Parts: sequence; structure tokens; C-alpha cells
Amino acid sequence: MSLPILELDKVTIRFGGLTAVDALDLTVQEGDLVGLIGPNGAGKTTVFNLVAGVYQPTSGSVRSGGVDLVGRRVNEVVEAGIARTFQNIRLFKSLSVFDNVRVACNLHRTTSAVQALVRMGGYHADEAAITRRVDELLELFHLVKYRDWPATTLPYGEQRRLEIVRCLATQPKLLLLDEPAAGMNPSEKDELMALIKRIHSEFRLSILLVEHSMKVVMGVCQRVAVLDYGEKIAEGTPAEIQRDPKVIEAYLGEPHEKGFAHH
Amino acid sequence: MPKPLIALVAAILLASGVSHFSGHIDPYYLDVVTGVGINVILAVSLNLVNGYTGQFSLGHAGFMSVGAYLSAAVTLLLGQKLFGEAGGTELQQGLLFLAALVVGGLGSAAAGLAVGIPSLRLKGDYLALVTLGFGEIIRVTFQNVESLGGALGLNGIPNYTTVFWVYSVAALAVFTVVCLVRSTYGRGFLATHDDEIASEAVGLDTTRYKIVAFVVGAFFAGVAGGLYGHFKLTITPTGFDFTKSIEIVVMVILGGMGNTPGVILAAILLTVLPEVLRSVDEYRMVLYSLLLIVLMLVRPKGLFNFDYARIFARLRGGRAPGN
Ligand SMILES: Nc1ncnc2c1ncn2[C@@H]1O[C@H](COP(=O)(O)OP(=O)(O)OP(=O)(O)O)[C@@H](O)[C@H]1O
Ligand SMILES: [Mg+2]
Repeated sequence: MSLPILELDKVTIRFGGLTAVDALDLTVQEGDLVGLIGPNGAGKTTVFNLVAGVYQPTSGSVRSGGVDLVGRRVNEVVEAGIARTFQNIRLFKSLSVFDNVRVACNLHRTTSAVQALVRMGGYHADEAAITRRVDELLELFHLVKYRDWPATTLPYGEQRRLEIVRCLATQPKLLLLDEPAAGMNPSEKDELMALIKRIHSEFRLSILLVEHSMKVVMGVCQRVAVLDYGEKIAEGTPAEIQRDPKVIEAYLGEPHEKGFAHH
Repeated sequence: MPKPLIALVAAILLASGVSHFSGHIDPYYLDVVTGVGINVILAVSLNLVNGYTGQFSLGHAGFMSVGAYLSAAVTLLLGQKLFGEAGGTELQQGLLFLAALVVGGLGSAAAGLAVGIPSLRLKGDYLALVTLGFGEIIRVTFQNVESLGGALGLNGIPNYTTVFWVYSVAALAVFTVVCLVRSTYGRGFLATHDDEIASEAVGLDTTRYKIVAFVVGAFFAGVAGGLYGHFKLTITPTGFDFTKSIEIVVMVILGGMGNTPGVILAAILLTVLPEVLRSVDEYRMVLYSLLLIVLMLVRPKGLFNFDYARIFARLRGGRAPGN
């Protein structure tokens, strides 16, 4: 088997006295669709920030394809093929839907800034290729009719979708999705599940999915890891996880009982 | 030839044509027109930094002074050496001036790099402070260097600036900013302005974008400084103080951050207005302050900037959910 697309080895991060992630081991193989769940404040988003280069681990290592990611800047992690979405949608508000995706094509631009200025030396061919790629993506994910809308005027579900499409434009190998179903109604969740499955198979992407909606997690993930207070308390198939007493306890111990009981 | 380049060449030809007849224009109006052009260069280039890229620089006058002194030094020192008392032909003077402007622009860009690299790597609003400090340091330096005239400044700068030069550079500044910003590469300036974290998450090197914007801005400020020096024929350190920087910032805000046509209109308006109000010139700064306050209250996105998102939504017959 080839080297894992993501390998966290005893990753720990402390914020002052708080250990937000504690000696976490987590592996995502190429083609995997792995869920990462846990109660509020368990450290899920922090794991994403550690992988994406927003935070540096206090100890432990993060590797992709055998390459150490620790110390890399956020944009360099994207160059290495790992793209992430945000728990609170972060679209570019002064850009159109089209331009939100277009700006993410910069990694694979073939012409330089100087060529952009003088508009020569393959500039137009490059821009045309990018336009074609963006339009293809918008078409594929049913966003064409919003093409020239300011991104933040889109309906909520479409904004989530656009953020995922924007990630895809960076041509990642691994996608980190942070609560993509948050705020969605049941039918939007169904659509989202279909979308995730589709990206996984059609784009041959590996996916790490953080999600509170058990319907979504259990519906799409092949394997699920559970975090509680920064520690991994369980890992297995969705069926195994749902039966695991430690997992049930972690969720029942949570004041709002988000997740398990309600789906 | 690409369309924007054609427009640039056309603008330069037009400037050269108008310049040709400048002898028939009242010198007073010519001065106003020249001043307008220089301010357009300053405002449009600062707009790349403060508007499109969202970095608040207060150092544009400082960069302007670097360019003004450098280019004046070139024409004063080299002009004597090359042309002697005869003064050289028009072509020789033109080439010397071009070289002086390029030196002024590049020197200013280098200063921009030196200021930008340490301050733009930091997250947060350090740039305003650093550029403010930079402007003051530059001013005090020029004031105390005797070979640059000290507080009295430099005199006897040759009268090289014409409508042709000013409007060619203005066209080049507009061309540069518009072409950059419209390209896929240049959308990164706007993305950086909107959300640095999200920009980096799609692979953009935001620090680099900020530095590029800053250095391009400084370059044009330097060239504008060179034009200014060879227009006023005398430059003093106090001519490039903090209030000049504020003046340019006001043009950018009034025009609507990141809106080039708006910023051009604002630069024209704010240059002509004091001329119209010449009798109350001492109230100019008061006027600026008032304008700024009124503007912030009435049109927070700029006098000439329209809320495209809302207009768009209204055209569709709904309300923009983003607002
Ligand atoms: N930069 C930071 N500084 C200090 N504490 C932090 C920081 N980032 C995260 N934390 C803390 O780390 C813990 C884990 O937070 P995190 O956002 O990763 O949780 P989460 O599992 O994503 O929760 P949720 O389901 O609510 O999104 C929380 O206690 C949080 O307050
Ligand atoms: Mg979270």
C-alpha cells in the first residue's frame, strides 16, 4: 500500500493550560472517506487547523505521502494537495461566484503576474483554460445560474456547495470538510451526502469529514474516529461506533446532546 | 495587440497631442490639469494597496518624496554633466527625464520593499503605524541632509514635466492596476482584502500579494514625485508630510476603496475643489475632514462606489441576503 495521504502521529497541541488535541494518531489512506466526530469543543476543528498549517503542533508529526507538513505555511499545505472548508463559511464577499472559484485556480496558473500585466505570452490561452475549468466546475455542481452573483448573496446551502467547489479548483488529493451540513435542512443534507459521495468517487478524492449530523456521517463514511476532550476514544466502522459505550457516554455527557440522540 | 495595451497607447498619443497645444492653454489651467494628473497617479496607485488589497498605508507621500528627490538629483547632477550650459536638445532632455523618473520610481519601489517585507508579514494593522513612521523618518532625513538642501529643499529643478508626461504615467498607472486586478492572478489582491485566512486556504501567498501591491504602489508614488518635482521646480521635505498622505488616502476613500473609476473622479474632484475654493484655502484641511466625516456617515463605501450586490438583488426583485 502506498504511503497514507494523511498521517497524524501522536499530535498534541496545547493552548496555555488546555490540551486541545492530545497525542492523536489518525491515518487517512488514499481513497478513504473518514469521519471525525465528537462533542462540541472536542478538538475537531483544531485538528483541521493543525493539518492545514494554521496551528503548529506542540509535539507529534503530520505527514502526507511521507512528507512532513509541520512548519509549512497554510498556502504551502494547499500546494501539497490538502484543501479545507471552514465551519463558518468563508467566501470572498467582493468576488462573484465565478471569481471565488477562479481565484482558487491560481495554483495551477501557467503564466506569471508580469504576463497578466502585458497580456502576452500565452496569457489569453491560460485565462481561457481557467475560465473553462471554472465553468465546468460550476456546471458540474449546479452553480451555473449563480455564476455572476456576488458570492455572499447565494442561498445558504449553495454557499456551502460553492466553498467545496472552490476547494476542488485547487485540485486537492485530500479534502477536509468542517461541518458541511451545519444549518442544513433534511433535504439539503441528502443533497450534500450525494455531493460528498460524488466528489469521492468522481474526483477520486480522499475525504476527512467533521460533522455533527450523524445521518450524514453514518451515511457516507467508511470509517469514523471519535474525539473527546482532544483524545481519540474510538475508531471503527459507523456501525461499530454507534454501539461503542465510550462514544455513547461521551455524547450523553454533553449538556446539549447534540448529535446522537437527535438523528 | 491586446485591447488594454491599445487603450494605453491611445491615451499616451492623446496626451502627447494635448501636450503639443499646451502653449495655447492658460498657464493657470495647465497647472491645475497637471496637478490633477499627478494626484490621479497617486490615488490610483494607493488604491491598489489600500483599496483592492485592503492594507492601510499612510506612507504614500513618503514614497513620493523618495522619487522626487532621486529624480531631481538625476536631472540636476547628470543634466549639468551631460548637456553643460547649453541645456541639451528636447530629445536629450526627454530621455534624461525618463531615466530620472525610472530611477525615482525604482528607488521608491526599493524603499517600499524595505518597508513592506518586515511589516506586511505581520498580521494586523501594523502597516498604518510603520508607514506613518516611515514617512516621518524620510521627511526628517531629507530635512537634515545638507547636500539635499536641508529644510530649504532642492531648487532649480529643470522644468521638464508636461501634460504628456503626467498623463502618460497616469494612463500607465491605470493600465497597470486595472490589468493586474482583472486577471486571475490579480483577483488574489481582492481575495486577500476579503479574507486572508480563506485566501491562504485556496493556496494564495497573501504576504506576497501584499508586498507586490505595496511595491507597485510605491513605484508609481515615486514616479509621481519625480513629476511633481519637475513641475514645481522646488521641493521641500515638508511638501511631502503626513497631510499629503492623508490627502491621497481621502481620495481613495472618497472614490470607494477598490474602485478605480471612482478614485480617478475623487482625485479630480479633490484637486479642483481647493482651486475653486481658493479664497478659503486655509480651510482646505477642515473641508477634507468634514468631507470625510460626512462621507463615513452617508456613503461608507465611497461617494462613487455603489453597492453592486444590493443593486443586483434589487434588479432580481429581491433583497440581497448578504446584507
Ligand atoms: N486558538 C485557540 N486558543 C485557545 N483555545 C483554543 C484555540 N482554538 C481552539 N481552542 C480550544 O480548543 C478546544 C477545541 O476547539 P475546537 O474548535 O477544535 O472544537 P470542535 O471539536 O471543532 O468543536 P465544535 O463542534 O463546536 O466545532 C476548545 O476548548 C477551544 O476553545
Ligand atoms: Mg469545530
